[in-house]
Amino acid sequence: MAFPRTLAFLALATIALSAHSAAQGIYQTPEDFLREAFAGAPPEPSKLWIDEKLKPGIRAILEHDLDVLRLRYWGKDGRTAWILEEIGKERPITTGIVIHRGAIERIKILVFRESRGWEVRYPFFTDQFTGATLGTGQQLDRDIDGISGATLSVRALTKVARLALLLHAHSDFADGKQ
Amino acid sequence: MKGPFCLSFTRSAQVLGTVLVALASDFVHAAPSPEEMWEIIQQQQKTIEELKTRLESTQESVRVTQKKVKTTEQKVEATADAIETVPRGASWADKTRVGGYGELHYNNLDNDFTGTEKDEVDFHRFVLYFGHDFTDRFRFFSELELEHALTGEGEEGEVELEQAWVEFDVFDSHRLRAGLDLIPVGIINPTHEPPTFFGVERNPVETNIIPTTWWEAGLGAIGEIAPGWNYDLVLHSGLETDTAGPDAFLIRPGRNKVSEASADDGATTGRIRYTGYPGLELGFSGQYQSDLTQGAAGIDATLFEGHVDFRKGGWGLRALAARWDLDEGTTGLGPESGPSPGRDEQWGWYIEPSYRFDLAGLIPGELGIFVRYNQYDNNAGVDRDTEREQVDVGFNYWPHPDIVFKFDVQEQFGDSEANDDDGFNLGVGYQF
Repeated sequence: MAFPRTLAFLALATIALSAHSAAQGIYQTPEDFLREAFAGAPPEPSKLWIDEKLKPGIRAILEHDLDVLRLRYWGKDGRTAWILEEIGKERPITTGIVIHRGAIERIKILVFRESRGWEVRYPFFTDQFTGATLGTGQQLDRDIDGISGATLSVRALTKVARLALLLHAHSDFADGKQ
Repeated sequence: MKGPFCLSFTRSAQVLGTVLVALASDFVHAAPSPEEMWEIIQQQQKTIEELKTRLESTQESVRVTQKKVKTTEQKVEATADAIETVPRGASWADKTRVGGYGELHYNNLDNDFTGTEKDEVDFHRFVLYFGHDFTDRFRFFSELELEHALTGEGEEGEVELEQAWVEFDVFDSHRLRAGLDLIPVGIINPTHEPPTFFGVERNPVETNIIPTTWWEAGLGAIGEIAPGWNYDLVLHSGLETDTAGPDAFLIRPGRNKVSEASADDGATTGRIRYTGYPGLELGFSGQYQSDLTQGAAGIDATLFEGHVDFRKGGWGLRALAARWDLDEGTTGLGPESGPSPGRDEQWGWYIEPSYRFDLAGLIPGELGIFVRYNQYDNNAGVDRDTEREQVDVGFNYWPHPDIVFKFDVQEQFGDSEANDDDGFNLGVGYQF
């Protein structure tokens, strides 16, 4: 009967621990991300309306529509920053992405809420996206190696990277629009 | 002067004089009088005034239009804000998620020794997930499975609850989970959605040595100890193997599936995983159970398992090895010398190289080819050769990342030709 008693003790310890637990999964606030992206002086936000011209491309990348009428973004000197969310397996992953002259300059997981696959937040994974551009079929111009057991989180991150590149091309700060 | 020249000059002078007089007369008549000039100026002034009035009116219209545009912009923004902040559905629905997977199999296998055939189609697994977030830190997840499509007396199918746990975040990157959960051992047991692995049927090592799908009730800690290094530590209910009969001390039939299961002797499982390089997973796990027979024979048991799962570009490699060691127990008829001797050691391993490539330009999706060599032995404790081998060769076709069609050919070799089932398998699977 030792096993049930051990479990009971651990259950009580768990409840006690949970009362003092801290919020988890927030790795950087959007404000800090934007400050880093724009050398401490982020510009005023701009808005990109999700019009009929943009919708098909978004649907092709995400395999669903965006649930908003327009997106807020920050732009300056050919550089745009986007805060995007996409569900991995069950829960949304909040990602900050900076695009400079049509290529990914930085990608960072800001909030990760999934039960597994948190390795996607580390530079050893996100560095694969640096310099990536949109190629044919709105695919990235390179292969992204995944993480075993976190296939859906990897897929979600790849989708938002492609989406940010598409949105940048339709923003006021895209090449040829300034 | 006289003569023709004098006559001609006179006439010319007369003509010229006539012309000048006529011109002077026209000029005197064309020039406006001061009164006429005044009238012209008055009309021009009136025109200027009218144009000035029109310009002012236009400027006012522009100002009004600009104001309206600004007001409209504000209204549009406010409307968009309102639409985007309207709650969609009830709050519980926003926090509840549904998912699932399924796989339909066709097996065509022959045994030349016994002359038996398996020509069978089976909806092997139909699974639904339900998850719910109580708060950002507390969540629930479950997996309900219907196996073999039909349940009831005399039917092959079963309804199984394979996961039902609550989890909460204790510290950053450390979570506690309580309930019914998958045991963190091997590659297939934690992740077994059909699009994630090659082959119609799961490999025999992670079926007969690691009894996938293997779930128990317990309490576990899950987390990260360094970038790329993850751990699991679970205290959970244990297996209960038979002590007599053909299944004595076999691992797979020892699963109680948490159905009014004996809880005299639990087990502890730990796992370390390294995923610090893109595409790579290295995993090591171990389990200890103080009595594999839940009090019947006092047999303690240990399981050790290690695996690698690597994919770089299109190339993939999976390899796994696992081994059970069971002691003889207290009855004198344990796994070493009992009714099925040699089950004090049970092990298996496999290696599976693969290549996956894009079919863009031909048909949408990806194709993957693989070959897998498996070897396992549930009676390894005896001196004679009792291991069984299986070779699988085939392909997966993913028209969409979440949908897969599978084909493979299998060839078995074994301790007895009566166990050799050879043939091919077809399957279709999905996840969402």
